[in-house]
Amino acid sequence: MLHIYCPYCEEYREEEEFRPKGEAHIARPAEPEATSDEAWGDYLFFRKNPRGLHHEQWYHAAGCRKFFNATRDTVSYQILETYKAGQQPTVTAAARAAQAAGKGVAK
Amino acid sequence: MSDLSIFDVNPAAGAKSESPLAMTRVTVATVASPAKAGVVVREHAFQGHLILRGRATDDQFRAGVEQALGVPLPLKMGPLSRDEARGVSIQWMSPDEWLVIVPAGREFATENRLREVLSGHYAVMNVSGGQTVLELSGPAVRDVLMKSTPYDVHPRNFPVGKAVSSVFAKSSAIIRRVAEDRWELVIRRSFADYLYRWVLDASEEFGVYVAS
Ligand SMILES: [Zn+2]
Repeated sequence: MLHIYCPYCEEYREEEEFRPKGEAHIARPAEPEATSDEAWGDYLFFRKNPRGLHHEQWYHAAGCRKFFNATRDTVSYQILETYKAGQQPTVTAAARAAQAAGKGVAK
Repeated sequence: MSDLSIFDVNPAAGAKSESPLAMTRVTVATVASPAKAGVVVREHAFQGHLILRGRATDDQFRAGVEQALGVPLPLKMGPLSRDEARGVSIQWMSPDEWLVIVPAGREFATENRLREVLSGHYAVMNVSGGQTVLELSGPAVRDVLMKSTPYDVHPRNFPVGKAVSSVFAKSSAIIRRVAEDRWELVIRRSFADYLYRWVLDASEEFGVYVAS
């Protein structure tokens, strides 16, 4: 069982209380009428399936019933952070690369 | 006061109210007196349940709720705002949602009072018919809760006065600890029969007494 920190309840809760809701930060095309079928199809159906860091939505179904975001490692299942809807992740591939580069310089 | 038309869902005369447990038969072996029981189960039917929505960051909203209900609006998950003597409580349900419970028959007056003092972006919904309250008391209540919910009910995580919403017996329930050995479950009408019988079954081994 995962222990997931709900950023609204401000408490770790059992995985059983939550539902995963897929990839986060998907922007709806601002003008659907002016969007090509291909772009609209990508928006509706195409999702990332990364090996490693993934930013995804979770839903606190049995608790506060709010959607929030989590950064999860799809290899280890480790949840590295959770953050409220509308916020941006701090653990990202770019942040990790910058950190690794910084370490390289320090040596 | 808004110009929304609202009405009392409980007409004073001629309508019969029935608890969601009205048809439920007790099929477990019960003990003869509450003194012998590990768990005493009692339904508090027909209380007024209101769902209140609004902005916690709105000073006027917070002040209005406190003025109308006489207890402060809880601003985070956990601590229940409760006046036991008046039977009024407010529970944080989510960042913009609260459950208000008032004594039976007080829900319409409470709703009107809230609408008098509140303005702007808010909502009040009477959900009294949709849920009921089970009170569990006695020395074995925590054992029964441990069999029923993944939520940590140990005193270090669940002090008196805390209220949470969680998974309960594969369904869901609001779990409130109102005194050292006294807890409340707020359960949905559609699951009430199942959850009540679950609680009785889970309590049977500790000795269960059904109080009326
Ligand atoms: Zn939550």
